[in-house]
Amino acid sequence: MDKREFLKSLVVFIPAGGVIASLAKQAGAKAPEPAYQAKNHYYGMGIEIDKCIGCNRCVEACKLENDVPQEPFFFRTWVERYTIKKDKSVVVQTVGLRKGKAREIVEQEDVLRSFFVPKLCNHCANPPCVQVCPVDATWSTEDGAVLVDKNRCIGCRYCIQACPYGARYLHPKTKTADKCTFCYHRVVRGLLPACVEVCPTQARIFGDLKSQASRLVRFERLNKIHVLKPDLNTQPKVYYAGLDGEVR
Amino acid sequence: MKVPEQIKRLAVVLFVILAAVLLTRYLIPASVVDPRVYRASSAQREVSKEIKFAGATTCSDCHDDINTKKKVGFHKGLSCETCHGPSVKHAEDPSSGKPFAPRERKFCPQCHEYNPSRPTGFPQIIPTIHNPLKPCITCHNPHDPVPPQVPRECSACHAQIERTKALSRHALLECTTCHSTPTRHKQLPRSVKPTKPESREFCAKCHDTGASRKDAPKVDAATHGSRFLCWECHYPHMPGEA
Repeated sequence: MDKREFLKSLVVFIPAGGVIASLAKQAGAKAPEPAYQAKNHYYGMGIEIDKCIGCNRCVEACKLENDVPQEPFFFRTWVERYTIKKDKSVVVQTVGLRKGKAREIVEQEDVLRSFFVPKLCNHCANPPCVQVCPVDATWSTEDGAVLVDKNRCIGCRYCIQACPYGARYLHPKTKTADKCTFCYHRVVRGLLPACVEVCPTQARIFGDLKSQASRLVRFERLNKIHVLKPDLNTQPKVYYAGLDGEVR
Repeated sequence: MKVPEQIKRLAVVLFVILAAVLLTRYLIPASVVDPRVYRASSAQREVSKEIKFAGATTCSDCHDDINTKKKVGFHKGLSCETCHGPSVKHAEDPSSGKPFAPRERKFCPQCHEYNPSRPTGFPQIIPTIHNPLKPCITCHNPHDPVPPQVPRECSACHAQIERTKALSRHALLECTTCHSTPTRHKQLPRSVKPTKPESREFCAKCHDTGASRKDAPKVDAATHGSRFLCWECHYPHMPGEA
């Protein structure tokens, strides 16, 4: 190669290298996606009692999504049937997974009202379970979920006792406390919790309380909202619309 | 120089305390003592859990035809995975197998069986008397669940028969399967009448042993209830167990 040829090819080579370098830079810049920012979110759930048909799809979906044992006494979410009699007595039954008591047709003269109430962890803003945990294994995330650290939990069941909503259970395999996480692994990816995803009547609504466009904020604005056991000052973030006075 | 005994013992105690402080300070990992570290790792474990429900918007990316149909029907609010079950594997790799598709009769009553606790207005049936034994999908398309209708021309006047037949095992038969209707029947309903089956052989076309229709219950037409006509015992618009 003589000097002239070398200089000629140099003229082509240097800008080409620059183009390749800038392309590589662009490709590299695309790779790290904007990470999920917990501080921009604050999650809650709305439940519309008048829409729940007690079909238990949410319970089955939750068990599948979160590897909750299939035995009928481990639940992260469950559906209760309230039957209020004319003499003001109340019967509360959990809707069974297969054929259960609450699946039977009870139509008696003395029934005043009967309806279904889905229940789950209320993800309290002031959670008693977090206060009592002796090893700091359960805590509130910045985006409003109450989670359990399975590696720290020693299975003392203090939190199970402390929860006024009965939302926790001891997982028979890990022997640690387990509860609803609002499907945290789905939510941070922009998906809905499994129970909300499968609810056939939209009785469950999930949303971000920090976003004015969220369905939950609209749901709170349009309905008269109640929470369970408000007198305990746990400040639940599961909001019920159309809740009968008997349930509160 | 002789060190007094009590100084030696004090030195041992001090050494033990110092060792304990150093051990707790430097040997126990931060993942056990520092909340910021163990919280982050716990959240990371929670986030990295496996997803099983793909979400309804994922399905319509490929199954747009079904979605177009479903979104105008009564089931528009249902997510696909409400019935088809968790399908994230199928969504990621469609060749890995099809999601569960419920076909048996016991599936739909999970939502649609009559239950007095269900909200008023929600469509409910009593499975023992609603068109017994047939899977729901013979009459209802789950993506657009509208019940099958008798032609309006017949039901306009014969609404009671229509309602009876709609719940019976003959629900899917057209009126004209058994009745042939002259057009003049509409103008002169009393003087020009539709035909009715006249002999046992008519029913035997489907119900005799060896008849070609597979789903019809079979009897031996030659011996079964010999001197009677079929409709003397069985009401054709609601053929029951009898």
